[in-house]
Amino acid sequence: MIEIVLISTLNGVLYGMLLFLMASGLTIIFSMMGVLNFAHASFYMLGAFFGFEISRRIGFWPGLVLAPLLVGLIGVAVERYGLRRVHRHGHVAELLFTFGLTFVIQEAVEMVWGKLPVDYRVPPSLDFPAFTVFATNYPAFKLFELLTALAIFAALLVVVTRTRIGLVVQAALTHPAMVAMLGHNVDRIFMLVFGVGAALAAVAGVIAGPALVTQSNMAALLGPILFVVVVIGGLGSLPGAFFASLLIGLVQTFAVASNASLADLLGPLASGAGSSFLRDIWNVTVAQVAPIIPYLLLVLILIFRPRGLMGQRES
Amino acid sequence: MSERTGAAPASAVPPLPTGRGAGFMATFGPWIAAAVVLAVLPQVLSSGLALSTLSLMGMMIIFALSYNMLLGQTGLLSFGHAVFFGLGGFLTVHAMNAFAADGPPLPLIALPLVGAAAGLFFGIVFGAVSTRRAGTTFAMITLGIGELVSSSALILRHFFGGEEGVSTDRTGLAPFLGLTFGSQLQVYYLIAAWCFVSVAAMYALTRTPFGRICNAVRDNPHRVAFIGYDPQRVRFLSFSLSGLFAGIAGALAAINFEIMNAGQLGATQSGTVILMAFIGGIGSFGGPIIGAILVTYLQVALSDITDAWQLYFGLLFIAMVMFAPDGIAGLLARQQPLLRGRQLHRVLPAYALALVPGLAAVAGLSLAVEMTNRLTVHAGDGPAMSFLHVPLRADAPVPWLVAVVLFAGGGWLFLRAGGVARQAYDEALAIVQGRGNAS
Repeated sequence: MIEIVLISTLNGVLYGMLLFLMASGLTIIFSMMGVLNFAHASFYMLGAFFGFEISRRIGFWPGLVLAPLLVGLIGVAVERYGLRRVHRHGHVAELLFTFGLTFVIQEAVEMVWGKLPVDYRVPPSLDFPAFTVFATNYPAFKLFELLTALAIFAALLVVVTRTRIGLVVQAALTHPAMVAMLGHNVDRIFMLVFGVGAALAAVAGVIAGPALVTQSNMAALLGPILFVVVVIGGLGSLPGAFFASLLIGLVQTFAVASNASLADLLGPLASGAGSSFLRDIWNVTVAQVAPIIPYLLLVLILIFRPRGLMGQRES
Repeated sequence: MSERTGAAPASAVPPLPTGRGAGFMATFGPWIAAAVVLAVLPQVLSSGLALSTLSLMGMMIIFALSYNMLLGQTGLLSFGHAVFFGLGGFLTVHAMNAFAADGPPLPLIALPLVGAAAGLFFGIVFGAVSTRRAGTTFAMITLGIGELVSSSALILRHFFGGEEGVSTDRTGLAPFLGLTFGSQLQVYYLIAAWCFVSVAAMYALTRTPFGRICNAVRDNPHRVAFIGYDPQRVRFLSFSLSGLFAGIAGALAAINFEIMNAGQLGATQSGTVILMAFIGGIGSFGGPIIGAILVTYLQVALSDITDAWQLYFGLLFIAMVMFAPDGIAGLLARQQPLLRGRQLHRVLPAYALALVPGLAAVAGLSLAVEMTNRLTVHAGDGPAMSFLHVPLRADAPVPWLVAVVLFAGGGWLFLRAGGVARQAYDEALAIVQGRGNAS
């Protein structure tokens, strides 16, 4: 029991930190530009595939640097030549633009790498068990993922709170018009933030790719969960995104590890009762429900606390 | 940051009813023409493929229009509209199976009512949650609800039939006036009739005070609140009614395909309806009809020719968002004053001039896409291929050079010619308006 709790906690925190790598970029982009970047998970997927392609040719470590740089450049280009143009048509057009982008990126990835999972391997230098808990080997690569995510989180914190550009970004979160009036080039800051956000998502892709499955549907699987995270955390709140990432990560990891069902819980009350439709609900295990738990949480949060855990704004 | 969240231009709103009776033909002429076209079409296009494509278009027209009740009329961007399409379809399939076994002898022609009821019911349930917010949050909630329902579909296997779905037999139901709906032609007429009725109902809805208030909520919810309407309730009503019509479309899909599976209520289907509505144009009532017909046709036609057809769709969609946010209907509507002022001949040469490099750029892009596809996914087939009946080798440098030159050169010339065309348009419009002011 303790073993499951310990391993699930580690995995949950790891998953949560990966989510936060992406949710942070998404949140900052949303706060600054008012655009919820639908294509954010696609940048994560591009990161994973670029990482795969580079690690196949040069090695994993160059991939860890080059893939996010490439994706960051793509992000900059998307902002400069796409979003900025669409901006004058309003927020709906911006959202639809990024929505179309997810479509195109997914199709482009399928065209180049196919629909089947690619063989993106853990680098040999990290392919050993880091430590053993109750006879379970914890892979070193997962520890590396966790440390990378934490390091980037710390770096982000320092940049946002301690540097000049971070201060401008922070100010632009709440008072974008004022920042522009103070003479900062808000357009260039937007471009930079969009690029950095895309690069962060790509980092998540590079380090999550070998551990999870690198496949053309990975953006479509993760994207909605990412939006759940930012809405639950409160749109535009960075600390909210952090706690919501951890919450979703832990909840999902623990749910997958649990085998309970309503039938177990209320077993004697319902023996043999109900039609086949009801029996489905009755016998479903928590592990099977795991994929929909984030969405249930989303609906509950929106009913009871519409602005999210730490959101400031009403919409 | 602009207050208006709806992308529809204010000018696209139809003129207010004046109270003066318009001529009978002016009011009902287009509808009579549409009915005649719907009735005659299968005589002209009578092949099996044409009939099934037409049937598909009919249900997609209803679906896209029901979506535009949200996006175009009320300014609500939903990413989970297929939920109502799918649930309407699933309940219809179950109703068909139940009625065929031992239920009341309800004719097949009335079964879309089951889909409508299902769509309305779920529209009310999900609308109560989602329409509490507008804008981006609303979009995210609908996305979440869409994922919630499509993930549940894989858990509740008895209702949704798991991976393979639930199938039915439409001929098992009581015949209606001797019609058993065994042939695709009869099903086409069933779909055409429901399509006509639904389109008319949705159009009528836009002409009611409720339709106007929806437009007002889209344009400025604060002012709507000030004049005493509750924007949240208006959004809720619009959302529920849109669910109703999407349910009808889903029911028609169930009748047409005789099978429903979880894919019908998933993100792909929700995405397709956004594409249809937006490419056609969300600013006018007819736009989504154009979009539904065009996208369905392209889906059928392109998927035969190329693997990468969805990529082309995505690129078309992005191009529309960037360059023509009012869609095809918006582009056509802008030519109307010129047509009326008989100045169209001034702009047509400029349009033709832009079309040529535009097509060249599309051909270059398409060539690059197809060659990439050949070299990667279809690497096993070897590099020899043909593009527009021209044989070539995907690994040779010359075709790639041609593709790059076509795309870059065509694209650059297209942008230049686009400027010329815009100038010609402005000049022609000035002539029309100048004459209008003078008289």
